[in-house]
Amino acid sequence: MHNLTAITALGSSVPSVDTVDGATLCENAELALASVHARIGHETACRAALADLLDGRVPDVGKVILRDPEAAFWTGPDQWMVGAPYETHEDLDAQLKARFGASASITEQSDAWACFDLQGAKMERVMELLCPINIRAMQTGDVQRTSLHHLGCFVIRRDPSDWVRILGPRASAGSLHHAIVTAMRSIV
Amino acid sequence: MIINHPLLGPRDSAEFVYMGDASLIERPDPEAENAADQFHDYAYLRDNPAGELRELWFHEGGDRSWLVVTRDTRTHEISKVELARDVARSKGRSL
Repeated sequence: MHNLTAITALGSSVPSVDTVDGATLCENAELALASVHARIGHETACRAALADLLDGRVPDVGKVILRDPEAAFWTGPDQWMVGAPYETHEDLDAQLKARFGASASITEQSDAWACFDLQGAKMERVMELLCPINIRAMQTGDVQRTSLHHLGCFVIRRDPSDWVRILGPRASAGSLHHAIVTAMRSIV
Repeated sequence: MIINHPLLGPRDSAEFVYMGDASLIERPDPEAENAADQFHDYAYLRDNPAGELRELWFHEGGDRSWLVVTRDTRTHEISKVELARDVARSKGRSL
């Protein structure tokens, strides 16, 4: 058995935290992710399995179901991303596959994304510098995919609503982090 | 230019990538007897109308859906936006 040391997306043993007046950015290394894509002809069964997982609800277009331990958001027609605490759901894809069976294609996504939580009174102004979406029109439970620093990212408005979760490509975590921190420091 | 995405509403065209004529989703049957001729036409022949044109746009900076956009090449007016998969399904494919 290899004796490997886990590191965060930014390459450290502890998640980074950056604070400026009015906004805090926390790297989140506690998130397991898996994508769910309904197979052609099995859309109804897939939605039923997803509803079974999420207390009878399925995320509509541009929406998130925020709950514990599993949460999910819409990523495209008949496609969703499911998230859960890494501590208890390291094998999230296998857990979901057991639920969905042949109705959906499940792909492990935990190692594909870097997760940053941005929170504070100036969050909206930081997001306005970073991406073209109308962050002020988004409410708790809304999600949009957009481009931050030329990187395709999901932006989820959470509860409380001064908090957004940004999921970006893990291979570019350093660039994404740099862009967000630069925007935070640019807010006067 | 604004593209009225059928699911997400009005979005800036900068979020999209132009992917060519909408006839590209009508790929010929490779098993057909005249497949070579059909693929020649499919790959090389395009109409170039001064007027309504159906074209493919990919929502790269959004939900990554493929759209069939009907656009007037003289005015850039967009008269119709459909999900490409709905267009294919209306023709009995991708079911």
